[in-house]
Amino acid sequence: MKVRVGIGIIAFFAVVAVIGPWLNDLMGIGPWKIDYDAISRPPGGGHLLGTTSQGTDVLAQVIAGTRNSMVVGAVAGVIGIVLAVVVGVTAGFFGGRIDALLSFLTNMFLVLPVLPLTLIVAGYVQDTGPITIALIIGLFGWAPGARTLRAQTLSLRGRDFVMAMRMLGETKTRLIFVEVLPHLAGWISAMFLHLVLGAVLAEAGLAFLGISSADTVSWGTIIDQARQVALLNGMWWWFVPPGLCIALLGTATGLVNFGIDEVMNPRLRTADIKAMRKALA
Amino acid sequence: MRQGRWRFLTRRVGFYLATAWSAITLNFLIPRLMPGDPASVIVRQLQRQSGESVSPETVAAIQKLFGDPRAGLLQQYGDYLVSIARLDFGLSVSRFPTPVGELLGAGLPWTLLLVGTTTVIAFLLGTGLGIAAGWKPGGRLDGFLSPMSTFLSALPYFWVALIALYVFGLVLGWFPLGGGFDPDLYGGPGFLGSVLEYLVMPAATIVFSAFGGWLLGMRNMMVTAVSEDYVLLGRAKGLSSGRVMFRYAARNALLPSVTGFAMAIGGVLGGALLTEIVFSYPGIGYLLYDAVSKRDYPLMQGVFLLTTLTVLLANFVADSVYVMIDPRTREAGR
Repeated sequence: MKVRVGIGIIAFFAVVAVIGPWLNDLMGIGPWKIDYDAISRPPGGGHLLGTTSQGTDVLAQVIAGTRNSMVVGAVAGVIGIVLAVVVGVTAGFFGGRIDALLSFLTNMFLVLPVLPLTLIVAGYVQDTGPITIALIIGLFGWAPGARTLRAQTLSLRGRDFVMAMRMLGETKTRLIFVEVLPHLAGWISAMFLHLVLGAVLAEAGLAFLGISSADTVSWGTIIDQARQVALLNGMWWWFVPPGLCIALLGTATGLVNFGIDEVMNPRLRTADIKAMRKALA
Repeated sequence: MRQGRWRFLTRRVGFYLATAWSAITLNFLIPRLMPGDPASVIVRQLQRQSGESVSPETVAAIQKLFGDPRAGLLQQYGDYLVSIARLDFGLSVSRFPTPVGELLGAGLPWTLLLVGTTTVIAFLLGTGLGIAAGWKPGGRLDGFLSPMSTFLSALPYFWVALIALYVFGLVLGWFPLGGGFDPDLYGGPGFLGSVLEYLVMPAATIVFSAFGGWLLGMRNMMVTAVSEDYVLLGRAKGLSSGRVMFRYAARNALLPSVTGFAMAIGGVLGGALLTEIVFSYPGIGYLLYDAVSKRDYPLMQGVFLLTTLTVLLANFVADSVYVMIDPRTREAGR
């Protein structure tokens, strides 16, 4: 149940990200369309979520922002998860020197504070479009995932079925792809969702600090623009929706991860039968 | 058994030194890897800002941090390390000619106050509630707390801060709208009181969005611990459930939270930096915002180094505490 709700919410945002521009056209609104008759208008009638102080439609901006926020999340998530799998599984599977070196690298990225680090890089890179931002966030966000995957690979490597295959003379590549990776699928998907959410939050944080190009709309840039004007004029409708979207996406991620956790770690499954039935329903 | 601990600690010291060194080196390399010559960019910018030509001493100071284009990279690196060792981070461009070190020194106590109080409160609150939620997994309390904290931990800090500022500062008028203290009371008898008053809202918003993470982590560890044999033993002995809950289950479930504590400091610090901006709190985060919006690269780099080194130090302290309380690290040396 939890998982279904979670996946439903994520799918919803994914769909909005894909069809966003058409959706805006369909409703006759646009993120840059200025309605001079309705400036700083609260939600209602012509503008479902009200308008900004420039007279643009908040709903249209949120819809347009969904695409950029989701793109940053997805791209950064893919980069992060690939790095985490490569580093974590390699370290766990091969052990020895390779492990020592990769673990050191992982631990280093784990303790460095990510926000200031991304900020410094983003500050120097000239073109800070969504893809650049996603690249930077992905490059700095893989460490926690790599650490977990390393631990899991270590424990998998020692299990009987992997040992047996190794005795049979399977190549290491085949062992990794056929025996190890499929067993990590649950972890990897949970981590991927986590990375996506982390990236959406990080992008919002960077946009909030003013690092993002002026002609992209994302949930973060909307909050940033609103902060400067909306607060003093009491225009809550301007900054509440984008933040709620981020929180909803985050909750969905959490719900899916709950479900995956319960499959991966049977002990987390609630012992009492009533709750179990509920969880299965 | 002493030996095991010491070996562990010296290895950790080595690791943190290496990490600190690579952060410093990264800070050196990033501007130089970018196209263009950062020193001349900054000088040009300074000229534009002040409207007059920049003195040769200033140019020299900027070149020391960002590289004299004529000097070799190794030479630049040496100069850079020397100036960092002297805690000389150059001069701020946006608040020229104040040294970056001075600005950082003024901001740091405020950030430490904010991060310190919020980390401790969020940890205690989240862990306590996590113990309660994980004690009866699937129970009514768990069914309410777990989804709620999933939602809370997904909220962006700065957004929560905006809403708090709007509701409690603007609409209700309970708390001041920004700053770290009442300027009229500075140094006077009411100063500490005003610091507290100005601290409440930023701190509360950070605790609000941070405690959910602690709750979930502790809850999951607790659920695992509750099904262990020693908990069953405790119950079979007829001990009170409070005793079994805290002495048997929670005590063992707590260890991973200590390492988590260390790692979370980095995240909380990041959240605090953003929250400071919303409340114009006079800490490092506000400096960072200033630096970014005015493209003050020396200040930006100073903030990066300071936050990184602070996080490393905090991690090291947490690591050491972990060694003290985890009996397994004691056995390792035997």
